[in-house]
Amino acid sequence: MLIRYLSQIGKYFIMLKEIFNKPTKWSVMKQLIFKEVDDLIIGSLGIVAFISFFVGGVVSIQTALNLTNPLIPKELIGFATRQSIVLEFAPTFISIIMAGKMGSFITSSIGTMRVTEQIDALEVMGVNSLNYLVFPKIIALLLYPFVIGLSMFLGVLGGWMAAVYGGFTSSPEFITGLQTEFIPFHITYAFIKTAVFAILLATIPSFHGYYMKGGALEVGQASTVSFVWTSVVIILMNFILTQLLLS
Amino acid sequence: MIEVKNIIKKFGEQTVLKGVSTRFEAGMTNLIIGQSGSGKTVFLKSLLGIHTPDSGTISFDGRIYSELSNDERRELRTEIGMVFQGSALFDSMTVEENIGFPLKMFSNKSPKEIKERVDFVIDRVHLVNAHQKRPSEISGGMQKRVAIARAIVNNPKYLFCDEPNSGLDPKTAIVIDNLIQEITQEYNITTVINTHDMNSVMEIGEKIVFLKNGLLEWEGSNKEIFKTDNEAVTDFVYSSELFKRVRKMYLEDDK
Ligand SMILES: Nc1ncnc2c1ncn2[C@@H]1O[C@H](COP(=O)(O)OP(=O)(O)OP(=O)(O)O)[C@@H](O)[C@H]1O
Ligand SMILES: [Mg+2]
Repeated sequence: MLIRYLSQIGKYFIMLKEIFNKPTKWSVMKQLIFKEVDDLIIGSLGIVAFISFFVGGVVSIQTALNLTNPLIPKELIGFATRQSIVLEFAPTFISIIMAGKMGSFITSSIGTMRVTEQIDALEVMGVNSLNYLVFPKIIALLLYPFVIGLSMFLGVLGGWMAAVYGGFTSSPEFITGLQTEFIPFHITYAFIKTAVFAILLATIPSFHGYYMKGGALEVGQASTVSFVWTSVVIILMNFILTQLLLS
Repeated sequence: MIEVKNIIKKFGEQTVLKGVSTRFEAGMTNLIIGQSGSGKTVFLKSLLGIHTPDSGTISFDGRIYSELSNDERRELRTEIGMVFQGSALFDSMTVEENIGFPLKMFSNKSPKEIKERVDFVIDRVHLVNAHQKRPSEISGGMQKRVAIARAIVNNPKYLFCDEPNSGLDPKTAIVIDNLIQEITQEYNITTVINTHDMNSVMEIGEKIVFLKNGLLEWEGSNKEIFKTDNEAVTDFVYSSELFKRVRKMYLEDDK
């Protein structure tokens, strides 16, 4: 059991190395990258914006509703919203959602290519199929921090609108809260996490799609397994990075 | 010329190829026949390096595959065209893009030259009204032709076809067979075809390799296959009444 996991992990790192061997012609790669940016990044903006805005609103309302003690200043609403959105919600939870959305898309599209022998066809032509398929996804996900930046912005905006228009606090109070005890390193920390998650989001689902065996049924199973593993690794890395960077 | 020496391929407990040796000459259509499950696809994929044989060597005009570096292997593979049993066309691309793909990847041709070459091979495989369609929008027979066009677009030295005419009507099947044979002779390609279509065997079987239970049971030409008294071969090839009668007539004619 343990040996099987270890050999999978070994295989994963060998895959990472192979991705950068024998690169595909740049003129071809350029088009692949644009396509992946479109599928993975642009295609995710809508759902990320929607979720961030409303979850930001809910976080702020929840904080407001739990502030029953008059001694606690109303600024706390802005402060709490900022901290939870910037530190955890945007980088970590959006990434888990993306593990479902992007991840299952990546696993099923690569897995389908595997079972219909399209990957063999690439290899037989002399194409490095890992570079061809996975490298553009990694490059596209270099834009992932922008998605998370957008999520942070809209989350906080949603919080502000819910707090102000819901009549829980005034706009200046909320904004003062947002600025309270602002530590720039928290932003750095959030984006370091985001960058690590971006690599995981591109590579773990690719791994599960690329090395799958079987037919159409197994493509479905592989997508599920890939989602589970991507989220588990994201959560673990989140824990490790938080330990390393913040404490 | 491809020379195969004693290849063995196992999947877990099951030994699919138990030591097969043979030679495939250039400019000839070499056929591999055998029952479903006899290991034809595994054999072809072992030649291509998609499966790694457990032992044995395969040499492409003197280049022994297992002794090549990764880069040399990729180099060699650009000289190979392959038609997969299930076509293996790229779903995300149109017919034209599929066929032009090897050129786009490995030649220095301009888009205009690629287009010309693609149009040429599309004509060559008699494909009409399909340029801009996707693989899912064309029929199985058309997919096969696209796969053949893609395999020959880069002037391969070696062409492998896994059941290029299964699932086609008899007329189209013969057209495809003849097409492959023509191209093979025209460009002096070393062609290896898997088939269980007896029409193909009779039409284009310049060299036939019969696999049974993981072993090479018989090899020879389509002329010889009429005369052989190897029971396994006659059993397999002349399993239908029609072919039994054809064989009898042929043998009587020959006397
Ligand atoms: N990837 C694989 N893993 C395990 N076993 C395999 C694999 N590929 C093929 N086999 C086994 O090898 C044997 C030969 O299969 P193969 O596909 O070569 O048959 P075939 O002669 O091409 O049949 P058909 O004419 O139906 O295409 C089968 O018993 C099959 O179960
Ligand atoms: Mg087969």
